Amino acid sequence: MDLRYSESDEVFRAELRNWLERSLPELPSRPSWDDWAGRRRFDTDWQRRLFDAGYAGINWPREYGGRDASPSEQLVFLEETTRARAPYVGVNFVGSLHAGPTIMTEGNDEQKNRYLPEILRGDEVWCQGFSEPGAGSDLAALRTSAVRDGDDYVVNGQKIWCSFAHIADYGELLVRTDPDAPKHRGISWLILPMDTPGIDVRPIDTVLGSSEFCEVFLDDVRVPVANRVGAENDGWRITQVTFAFERGTAFVSELVEARRMAEDLAGLARDPAHRHELGHVVAELDGVWALTKRNVTRAARDGSPGNGALMVKLAYSESRQKLGDLSVRVLDRSALDIDNEFVVERLRTLALTIAAGTSQIQRNIISERLLGLPREQQWTSS
Amino acid sequence: MDFELSADQVALRDGMRSLCEGRFPIKRVRDGFDRGAHAELAEAGVFSLRSDGFGVADAAVVFEELGRAVVPGPLVWLYLANGLVDGVAGGLEVARRRPPWMVEHLDVLDTLLVVDDDGVQSVAAGKVAGALPVDRPLDPLTPVHRVEQLPAGEPVGEADLVARWRLEGAVVTAAFLVGAAEACTELSVAYAKERRQFDRPIGSFQAVKHLLADMLVRAEVARASVHAAACTLDDPDVGDVARAVAGAKMLAGEAAITNGKTATQVHGGMGFTWEVDVHLYLKRAWVLDTVLGSVDEHADAVAATVPG
Repeated sequence: MDLRYSESDEVFRAELRNWLERSLPELPSRPSWDDWAGRRRFDTDWQRRLFDAGYAGINWPREYGGRDASPSEQLVFLEETTRARAPYVGVNFVGSLHAGPTIMTEGNDEQKNRYLPEILRGDEVWCQGFSEPGAGSDLAALRTSAVRDGDDYVVNGQKIWCSFAHIADYGELLVRTDPDAPKHRGISWLILPMDTPGIDVRPIDTVLGSSEFCEVFLDDVRVPVANRVGAENDGWRITQVTFAFERGTAFVSELVEARRMAEDLAGLARDPAHRHELGHVVAELDGVWALTKRNVTRAARDGSPGNGALMVKLAYSESRQKLGDLSVRVLDRSALDIDNEFVVERLRTLALTIAAGTSQIQRNIISERLLGLPREQQWTSS
Repeated sequence: MDFELSADQVALRDGMRSLCEGRFPIKRVRDGFDRGAHAELAEAGVFSLRSDGFGVADAAVVFEELGRAVVPGPLVWLYLANGLVDGVAGGLEVARRRPPWMVEHLDVLDTLLVVDDDGVQSVAAGKVAGALPVDRPLDPLTPVHRVEQLPAGEPVGEADLVARWRLEGAVVTAAFLVGAAEACTELSVAYAKERRQFDRPIGSFQAVKHLLADMLVRAEVARASVHAAACTLDDPDVGDVARAVAGAKMLAGEAAITNGKTATQVHGGMGFTWEVDVHLYLKRAWVLDTVLGSVDEHADAVAATVPG
């Protein structure tokens, strides 16, 4: 058991630090958090710079243009980019962490060649089309239908919580291709070009006012059958692959960011009661970071972070909210401005215990998969 | 970086676990700490880990197992004081506290090590006068005497020893607490699978299984944190020792206390009985939170390491 990075990790760190020192001053000024067109420009420009320097898709295999970095190099990447206050993945989230890895694992060669390089270069932005108004925690209850008509599917339905749909080129879309099969067996995973006729995107006003989330209405939208990833009606399994990537990687960058914010907040917190609580939250976030390092070791050994990622998601999101609560108290009446960095974060992080599996669903999964507890029986009102 | 137990550490863990299962089943543990238990643990090498060439991370592996079995005794002080004094040693922290001193395990001790900010004094246990046994100690396995005045002792170490003990002792105590937190999870999960109400195991109810999921996660986060602190003590280049140790003791204390309380809740009425073992874990967790820094003190200590 040791926490020492290897010599090659440290070489990687030195090169990256050097590149960040040179590159970050060249970045254009950052757009405001709700200027979505500006954010697309800024985030894809950053993605292109990462690509040109060989840092895009650092965990992607080399055959798809990635760096094939080891899990510990990925941690170094997160540590250094956070330390240097480099931009986050932003609008490239769905492409780099969701759709890209899914296509890499489950797509055919044509799909890989067509979509992966564009994601990596930041030329194309992706959005998510999973949840529906009637299918949230019970995602497999989704009803958006796709009916075969020649070489196309004709898609009708409504999606919600589609991150970045208003600025995206493609969407990862879950549809029901067999309405008669049991609910997990009739789902397919489609690539949806967002400029197809019949798509209506409406941004959702969230507690923040604006957000990356949209509703997407699909009215007789024709999607080529060639855009299906994996076999027809095998979409649920493919979705689990997508989620495994999300749980494995997406929250680690959030965690690193939270640790940085805690240190920023320390600069403002003077009241002994606030300092006490800050120490508490910092210890929690450090503990989750230590658990992440354990997961990384496991990933390096077994190729998968295992179930530790489930625990990181649950623990991280709750600690992050405590940090947010504390920040609002530390700010006192300066918190009455939503554009304060800490206030916007406090509001944004209300979603952390809801998105990508609510904390309640996470606890069900943890207790059933990790502790072997029985499923709850179905209740009826009678 | 390899943050899993090494093959040697897995062997150490398995060896300790089978020792505890064989020699310290709960039936014997309930008889308390005595010289026989001390001799067996000393022979197993629990107290001489450092002089035998093991690191703090190895000691954490060992103490986690002792915690799972809720083995009683001044175990951490015996580990810290190994080679410094002979016989059975116990410890008493006096900095920022006032008499009466609550001295643990006095009847079994040869030596009481009195720890203050500026050094450690060795007091012969037989010279401690006027000690009044507490009739009903909070933890039945941690007998306590009330002592109004301590006799003068022999200095055996200075501030640097105190500083080292506070770090290393906090980590192994935290490891013990993590073991206790894990044991509480296991007892509760087993009970929730077996106990039936409304014609089904109570572990199928989300209201119960969510408590159990939280117990697991709490203990795993604390465990990773304790291992990180131990690795940082073994190799101080990899992090901030003060922050890592304080965070580990804080999380481990909180995990053990909260899991002890939650285990009581999950066991329902049985959890409130003397017969069920859960209270032994919760009470020990409360005792150990007063040793080498509490949850509250360590939260402040972590904050002090983050520049303000």
